[in-house]
Amino acid sequence: MNSKLYARPESLTDAPFHYCPGCQHGIVHRIIAEVIDELGVRKQTIGVAPVGCSVLAYDYFNFDIVQASHGRAPAVATGVKRVCPDSTVFTYQGDGDLASIGCAEVVHAAARGERITTIFINNAIYGMTGGQMAPTTLVDQVTTTSPYGRNVNQVGTPLCISEMLSTIKGARFIARVAVNNPSNMAKAKAAIKKAFQLQNNGEGFCLVEVLSTCPTNWGMTPVEAVKWLETNMIPQYPLGVFKDAGGE
Amino acid sequence: MSETRLMKGNEAIGEAAIIAGCRYYFGYPITPQTELMEYMAKRMPQIEGVFLQAESEIAAINMVYGAAGAGARVMTSSSSPGISLKAEGISYCAGAELPCVIVNIMRGGPGLGSIQPAQADYFQATKGGGHGDYRNIVLAPNSVQEMADLTMLSFELADKYRNPVMLLGDGALGQMMEPVNLEEKPLVSQEKPWAANGLGERTKPNVINSLYLKPEQLEAHNIHLQNKYQKIIKQECRWEEFSIEDAELIVVAYGITSRIARSAVEMAKRDGLKVGLFRPISLWPFPSERLLTLAKQTRAFLVAELSAGQMIEDVRLATRQMKPVHFYGRMGGMMPSSREIYNQVNLIVREKKEAVK
Repeated sequence: MNSKLYARPESLTDAPFHYCPGCQHGIVHRIIAEVIDELGVRKQTIGVAPVGCSVLAYDYFNFDIVQASHGRAPAVATGVKRVCPDSTVFTYQGDGDLASIGCAEVVHAAARGERITTIFINNAIYGMTGGQMAPTTLVDQVTTTSPYGRNVNQVGTPLCISEMLSTIKGARFIARVAVNNPSNMAKAKAAIKKAFQLQNNGEGFCLVEVLSTCPTNWGMTPVEAVKWLETNMIPQYPLGVFKDAGGE
Repeated sequence: MSETRLMKGNEAIGEAAIIAGCRYYFGYPITPQTELMEYMAKRMPQIEGVFLQAESEIAAINMVYGAAGAGARVMTSSSSPGISLKAEGISYCAGAELPCVIVNIMRGGPGLGSIQPAQADYFQATKGGGHGDYRNIVLAPNSVQEMADLTMLSFELADKYRNPVMLLGDGALGQMMEPVNLEEKPLVSQEKPWAANGLGERTKPNVINSLYLKPEQLEAHNIHLQNKYQKIIKQECRWEEFSIEDAELIVVAYGITSRIARSAVEMAKRDGLKVGLFRPISLWPFPSERLLTLAKQTRAFLVAELSAGQMIEDVRLATRQMKPVHFYGRMGGMMPSSREIYNQVNLIVREKKEAVK
């Protein structure tokens, strides 16, 4: 008898992703969808979509979505979660959205121990607007607004969000993962699953930072982009669990 | 159940919101509205509601957006500079058609301005304030009783039209104490089948959104909004008139200024002058049609505001400049006395008589 080993998760619609070739948003969307299916919480999940490349997440996820203004997803998710405390509420945000304009919102959501999960996509650049410098852009990295490379004397050094948030008591679980190879994808899925499970147990703010590629705005092929991520991004943004406050 | 209490305007808003079924409040401290926030901090836990002090006005309005998107009756409050910070979020609420109540207890501006009463946010409140073609319903109380009554009405209208409603008061109304009768009303529960509160039994996800990348779709959405606004203009104009029948001069004022103007009109009437008072209660929709009718029967208008002249533009538009529209305003937190407005009335009426001779 045949059995189905691989299928589209119920938490994804059949809309084709609009993402560029080699972009890793699609992988992360799928991981989230698989996790929500596995936890059996699709009918009680409310996602909060950001401004950025993933603004159209509401076309791809097959559950309720609230689209938020730039950077404010954690505040919007706070409003949703306070009204629906038994629901699973998560934000999906890029590095321009979360680390730049929305820095205050994510810090204070963590400080309140808001029972939400944040999936933070860090690709070191603004994607949707066409490749500008982000707070996460690497030193000397060329972008359209740092055409001579990120100059530390002028604009400082990359912001390490996971390290920063892990100093906040209200943060329950903070991890950084990558989806550059199958082994890391499995680790990413485990971390994301844990971040949702802990929320559902009512245990506090959880964030998983996912290092991600942007071949289009990095000016690389998808394969080159994965290599660049491994050579440049992972040394700047080491993978691992930064905070797991269980038992504290 | 009904009871009369002595309350500050800011507190009356809070209690009225709770009576209207508001169980979620998100705000940030700013004078002169902070008593409202403090009132909610005390009351919400007593009724199993949610009070949350946000990290900024921006976060507060976005929490409102989330809570409204999930289908709750929700409110935020602030004062002028804080409302500027909320402007983007209010535009999002309007675009996504989320019912919510935003209280602005106005203070002097521009910039940090002052903490004294002013009415200099009329343009911001009635013409949008944020980006895009949208309208807030704007209600302007002139007493502590109306702070309560119009708060309850604000929640009803917000749900009825799926639209943000702004309650526009000022530092004087917020701070002053008057007797207020708070009547418990049976809640008219509003079905919100569009709310993003989890699929549950639904099969189709609900999406709260104001993004339409295709211009045809965004234009259609805008036409839908404009049609809604036309309906609101037809159905929700509110105003009050005093001694208007044979008035040769009509004073137009709203909010706290209308209380001062009323004393001035009464003084003028005692002198035998034919003067009346027109008080817009809904600033948007503005009671233009009624003012046009009055323009045909009176000889002049005097608009009094705590600003350099903002509502006067709507009075001029409404009356199509059929009759002279005079202005008297104070700014920066200064309040006119009724004698000052009375003097203006006297000047205008006397000039008219000179002109007739």
